[in-house]
Amino acid sequence: MALLEIKDLRIEFPSRRGTMVAVDKVSLQVNPGEVLGVVGESGAGKSTIGNAVIGLLEPPGRMAAGEVYLKGERIDNLSDREKRKLRGKRIGMIFQDPLTSLDPLQTIEKQLVETIELHLDVTEAEAKDRAVDLLRQVGIPDPEHRVKQYPHQFSGGMRQRVVIALALCAEPEVIIADEPTTALDVSIQAQILELIKKLCVEKNVGMMIITHDMGVIADVTDRVAVMYRGNLVEEGTTAKILGDPDHPYTQSLISAVPRPDKRLDRFPLVEYIESAGETKKSLDIANHWLGQARDFGDHYTGPLIHVENLYMRFLTKNSIFKKNRSYFDAVKDANFEINSGEIFGLVGESGSGKSTIARMISGLYTPAEGSIYFAGTDLTQITTEKKRDHFRRQMQMIFQDPFSSLNPRMKVMDIIAEPIRFHGLASSRAETESIVRDLLDHVGLGVAAAMKYPHEFSGGQRQRISIARALATRPRFLICDEPTSALDVSIQAQILNLLKDLQAELGLTMLFISHDLPVIRQMCDKVGVMRYGQLLEVAETEQLFENPQHEYSQHLLELMPKLTNVKAA
Amino acid sequence: MKQALKRFFDGDLWYSFSHSPVVILSAVITLLIILSAIFAPMIAPHNPFDLASIDIMDSNLPPAWNEFDGDMRFLLGTDDQGRDILSTILYGARISLLVGFASVAFSVVLGVGLGLISGYAGGRTDTFIMRIADVQLSFPAILIALLIDGVARGIFPRDLHDELAVYVLIFAIGISGWVQYARTVRGATMVEKGKEYVQAARVIGIRPGTILFRHILPNVTGPVLVIGTIHLALAIITEATLSFLGVGVPPTTPSLGTLIRIGNDYLFSGEWWISIFPGIALILLVLAVNLLGDWLRDALNPKLR
Repeated sequence: MALLEIKDLRIEFPSRRGTMVAVDKVSLQVNPGEVLGVVGESGAGKSTIGNAVIGLLEPPGRMAAGEVYLKGERIDNLSDREKRKLRGKRIGMIFQDPLTSLDPLQTIEKQLVETIELHLDVTEAEAKDRAVDLLRQVGIPDPEHRVKQYPHQFSGGMRQRVVIALALCAEPEVIIADEPTTALDVSIQAQILELIKKLCVEKNVGMMIITHDMGVIADVTDRVAVMYRGNLVEEGTTAKILGDPDHPYTQSLISAVPRPDKRLDRFPLVEYIESAGETKKSLDIANHWLGQARDFGDHYTGPLIHVENLYMRFLTKNSIFKKNRSYFDAVKDANFEINSGEIFGLVGESGSGKSTIARMISGLYTPAEGSIYFAGTDLTQITTEKKRDHFRRQMQMIFQDPFSSLNPRMKVMDIIAEPIRFHGLASSRAETESIVRDLLDHVGLGVAAAMKYPHEFSGGQRQRISIARALATRPRFLICDEPTSALDVSIQAQILNLLKDLQAELGLTMLFISHDLPVIRQMCDKVGVMRYGQLLEVAETEQLFENPQHEYSQHLLELMPKLTNVKAA
Repeated sequence: MKQALKRFFDGDLWYSFSHSPVVILSAVITLLIILSAIFAPMIAPHNPFDLASIDIMDSNLPPAWNEFDGDMRFLLGTDDQGRDILSTILYGARISLLVGFASVAFSVVLGVGLGLISGYAGGRTDTFIMRIADVQLSFPAILIALLIDGVARGIFPRDLHDELAVYVLIFAIGISGWVQYARTVRGATMVEKGKEYVQAARVIGIRPGTILFRHILPNVTGPVLVIGTIHLALAIITEATLSFLGVGVPPTTPSLGTLIRIGNDYLFSGEWWISIFPGIALILLVLAVNLLGDWLRDALNPKLR
């Protein structure tokens, strides 16, 4: 008998503009000792299913139809009181963000003991022993000592282990994990996934993992359910879904996942999602606005970017006296070169200093020490804004978060026209507007987009607007700071294709920052690996992936989800 | 334009407005008072400021429905100088509203400007501006207004002071209200400053002044609008309080507050109408504006939708 069974679930969100059906006709089951993966892109309704099962649907959302059974017992029609008893006791939960799922004002022991006493009939001493034991099970070293500590004394990965311990403490029969590793770095993600898998088998619990990440699916799940716009499109064993998917949506989704093991020219185009808009004709660069004024007045032939002994420090403790101030070294002694027309990748975990380097090159931060040469000129020696503008025009940046990188109060037309007006690149208003329309068309949005506001666009479309804005100064150097990490894989494939095309057409030089090794492999010619502010290794991409030199690079590559059983596109 | 209107009537703001009777009533009352104040010379039965038209013989007449002395000419009675209360309320509301709107506008310009600079510049500039704000907050608004009024009285000759009284009031109330705007805008500016669209503008090369006004200002105005409506009610009350204390506008051109003070002297001799009617007008106006402000605060907060 299935442990958890969902039958014909339908979840609706009524609003004054009509009823939104978030989930429709979904039937799933989780067996003991099995990990079921629920995968889909944002808005597919996967989290909503998890919330509905544990009775945490946000009003006005409601279950319009369907039944949920736990060990043959119907649980969806229980009262709120009974559902509350069920949560934690029989169904455990792991949420995405370990930084906010623990109470910062209570020790780990108190939080664990409280939950254990609530659900199990034990004395306080027993509960405390059990808390220590649980921490040991989830792999926290020195649990007797650490149990007395507060959440802020644990790192992100350790906290997620504590959250897992909390989910386990009442010996639940089913655990629902909603994006349990999305907020974590790759190296920690691998450990957590391994732990989840191990515990699942050991304790014979059923687990439902909700995720958007095919790597996670490939690593831990036994069976996979694929969601698309509220519907279950396909379900089957992991090997079958990843290796030989039947449904066209699953096929597109899997083909869009960047391959870690070999380099492709382009990502296969994904149908079934918002229209890619890649019907544009090839660009006649010699006669096009983007192709003009590409002579930047210097006939420099060396590496376009040359970074020498670069340091960046952030003040962590201020004081009137210099000797009492303390600093955090965000970047330590970075040295690298980027040749013209090359895509240089920087890879590393969060906090490794890769974005800091990008910000120093773009002029958002002033380096503490060192030089940044752009086409032979040391940018750190430029003192006036006016002189700096000449170089600002030549380098532009694309940011990570498409939702905050566009001013919500400005029309797309004004957003893209701003750099053109500022740098005086067009002679009249009419010319500016025609250039903006042309740019929008070129990034695949169509000219009608100009009169709309950013909130009328999806994440991928907004990122296209960002790219159009960056191109509007006719730059020769483009910095992409995690340009696709906030996007779904299918959209990511489109955006990466667009960036590749633009790079080839305009001969752009790029600095491409990502934490995602497969993306780096697909995009970059050369890669630098960073950790704790230090550039550990710089190598040609293929060389790095085939034969990493530094110990840490080897470690990172090992942790990368392999997708070995995935059918090649 | 047509599209903008359509979007407005389709939007959540209009929806929550049209579904709340209290808010509609408040809006109607506010609009009514503002319109009648603007058109006071046309609709008021008398001109209370025209000395030739008032007769001391008509002084202290009760409202028209009083069976003994009621006079149909004076619907709500007259004050100690024979001015028609209804007309004086209409004219008085003009002064109250003028002082209210102008002092709020003054506070907003000062507070938003300083808040933007403080939040964007950070460091010492921020510390300096915020310390001034802290010092200012340690004085009650009324005290600051009294102080400024006292100084103004010392500087200007008596006859000039009566003429300038309204402007002194606007300045005094305005200067005591900027801190709240500055703090709110400073906080919002610090949040917006960290967002990537501001960084994108910096990468393009846009200068700080332009970034502040073109990019950040439009994104921090939401809370300012809300504080503004609540502050408007407060400014009207402060004006009334100051006038009641005798440091506001002169009795020859009474505001609602002045009228209440005049009536206060006669309250115990039975002439209640001089205080009560302007009092009711004041309460209605302040309550309506306050309710509108509260509604706006909730309606613009996406978390409460």
